[in-house]
Amino acid sequence: MNNRNLLLFAILAALYVATGVFQSWNLALNILNLGLLSAIMALGVNMQWGYAGLFNTGIMGFAALGGLAVVLTSAPPQPEGWAAGGWGILAGLLFGVAVIVAGTQLYQRMAKGRARNLALLVLLVGGFFAFRAIFDPAVEAVEAINPASAGNIGGLGLPSLLAWPLGGVLAAAAAWAIGKISLGLRSDYLAIATLGIAEIIIIVLKNEDWLARGVKNMIGLPRPWPVPYEVDLQQSSTFLDWAAQYGFDPIVASSIVVKLLYALIFGLVLVVVVWMSELALKSPWGRMMRAIRDNEVAAEAMGKDVTRRHLQIFVIGSAVVGFAGAMMTSMDGQLTPGTYNPLRFTFLIWVMVIVGGSGNNWGAVLGGLLIGWLWLIVESLGPGVMAVITSGMAEGALKAHLVDSAQHMRLLTLGVILLLVLRFSPRGLIPEK
Amino acid sequence: MDILNAIVAFVNFVVVPATAYGAQLALGALGATLVYGILRFSNFAQGDTMAFGTMVTIIMTWWLQSIGVSFGPLPTALLAMPVGIAVTAGFLLLTDRFVYRFYRKQRAAPTILVIVSLGVMFVMNGVTRLIIGVEEQNFADGERFVMTAGEFKQWTGLAEGMAIKTTQAITVITAVIVVAWLFWFLQKTRTGKSMRAFSDNEDLALLSGINPQRVVMVTWIIVAGLATIAGVLYGLDKSFKPFTYFQLLLPIFAAAVVGGLGNPLGAIAGGFVVAYSEVVVTYAWKKVVTYLVPADMAPDALIQLLSTDYKLAVSFIILIIVLLFMPTGLFKGKSG
Repeated sequence: MNNRNLLLFAILAALYVATGVFQSWNLALNILNLGLLSAIMALGVNMQWGYAGLFNTGIMGFAALGGLAVVLTSAPPQPEGWAAGGWGILAGLLFGVAVIVAGTQLYQRMAKGRARNLALLVLLVGGFFAFRAIFDPAVEAVEAINPASAGNIGGLGLPSLLAWPLGGVLAAAAAWAIGKISLGLRSDYLAIATLGIAEIIIIVLKNEDWLARGVKNMIGLPRPWPVPYEVDLQQSSTFLDWAAQYGFDPIVASSIVVKLLYALIFGLVLVVVVWMSELALKSPWGRMMRAIRDNEVAAEAMGKDVTRRHLQIFVIGSAVVGFAGAMMTSMDGQLTPGTYNPLRFTFLIWVMVIVGGSGNNWGAVLGGLLIGWLWLIVESLGPGVMAVITSGMAEGALKAHLVDSAQHMRLLTLGVILLLVLRFSPRGLIPEK
Repeated sequence: MDILNAIVAFVNFVVVPATAYGAQLALGALGATLVYGILRFSNFAQGDTMAFGTMVTIIMTWWLQSIGVSFGPLPTALLAMPVGIAVTAGFLLLTDRFVYRFYRKQRAAPTILVIVSLGVMFVMNGVTRLIIGVEEQNFADGERFVMTAGEFKQWTGLAEGMAIKTTQAITVITAVIVVAWLFWFLQKTRTGKSMRAFSDNEDLALLSGINPQRVVMVTWIIVAGLATIAGVLYGLDKSFKPFTYFQLLLPIFAAAVVGGLGNPLGAIAGGFVVAYSEVVVTYAWKKVVTYLVPADMAPDALIQLLSTDYKLAVSFIILIIVLLFMPTGLFKGKSG
């Protein structure tokens, strides 16, 4: 950290403080929390892109898998739903995996030729229908139970904190499968394949009601320890006394205390991730990664297994994204598959990494907090600014259209920022050393 | 057993829609594959280029409609399309001048260009939403059907109807014309030949005096044409919504990769492979099967392999299969 970087972080802090002073501290903390989460995701992406040059366009999907982990871990159990078809669904899924494993075994063991193709086809098609025969009735049974408020298999009812590492594991598993298939081929294939898997994960979350209630949304997920609920705070006499002592409004104070606690937890996670990333980057392993990124052929000639190392870092980076995705769902207290949008979740994180400085962990943190601030402040200020601009205009379709379109300015602005940074300062605000 | 009705139902619900959709995808994939072959990167802005061209065309269509111009039984959008192509071509040439050219001169790695195209995608996406909004737009006018189900039934006396929408017929006819022209252009004209030479071996092409600026310029103009035509046809056939066009990126890439990235013939084949798989897998086969089996064996279930919500999954699975078993695609595109 040199003086220039300290200055950049100081400016960043000033932006947040100014938001707190001129708008409200609630908003500033809200933006800070989302900024911290984005910064953690940006760190994960920075590992993939900055250390290894891998282009992952599926960040949204990995974050959503983290969200799913929260539902599966901490949502209240639905014993009825589980009894109706939980085991059937599990059996169906295991059967599906078994068919795929059998297929790969068959492909590897049989000699190449028509017999193998035919056997594989029969196995996969037959397996698919058998899978549907086991899976479908179980799903129907589960979804029929109390569909207005449940209709899913429920979670385990465990603390929300446990879901965070599980989110990382789920994302890592998905990343492993995708990486295994598309790494080692041309570099664009990873981008295309991750774009696809992210869309599919969202479609699955939207349509598989038995899993997390689909578009009916999963609400009321418990908060992670030690964050209290605002209502409880407002009823606790210690808190009321404390607020009165300093002259705070108890309602505002309670929501700020909750947000501060989240900021503290997320900040702690961020610090740990940065610390570990920095250690990794400076270790022989980190040097090897950068050597591979800078010259794959030379690294391969030195006996490094490039594809394997790529797979490794891709899985680790995605796990970090999944972890942050779980934290986000934990904080929101709900999983709403409809809100996962590639522009917001995938490409925004990319802009953060590139603007911050790819290959530099501090850059990713700065980019995450800065772009996160910009994105959300424009969301809250944009319509107001547009209203001022159009205030002199006559009421009508054009004015309505302009006020309405303020939110789309964000995409345009981000695109222009990305292009300008790539063109004029490709190493970002805090360049790699 | 009623084979005739089964065939009619199959053609009506599978062959006709899949062919129209396949033609739209093929045009989109041709655009992606041309950029890949000649400019050497996967253009993530392809879907939004289609949306941009369609948006210009729609606005032009509205203007034409407002001054009372119509194209008889055909959609007015066809008249407006040249303007859409011209504006889109202008936009793409501007992005090339101010964005892509810099990286081309630097010989930047393909991944950098992909990220740059992401930035362009953001901008195009923002412009489109700013101008026309995010809502769904229907802009098809003129005659709705070439042949309605009722007419077909009367004419053949079959129980099952077959309808062909005007937009479907136009899609296929336009696609055939465009593809025929493109292949003629690539095979027979001097510019087309220089484009192919550039795609095969850039250094050799430059040595033999081919002007790279011109090749790149012509490529962008053709890509604008293909994208706008594909987008307008898709919009006429279904409807126009910016986010849907962004999502078309996956089927388009799947089509281009199946055929072999950089190979125009492959892109067309890939478009149809993806479209047919999608429709076949998500179609409820109950009707066709009911005609084919004895009456007492008629199925109760829909016999649908995957629900229509999962149609993107079909493109994805095809993509995965291709990556696993033949990474260069059906027609041996560029793999290195």
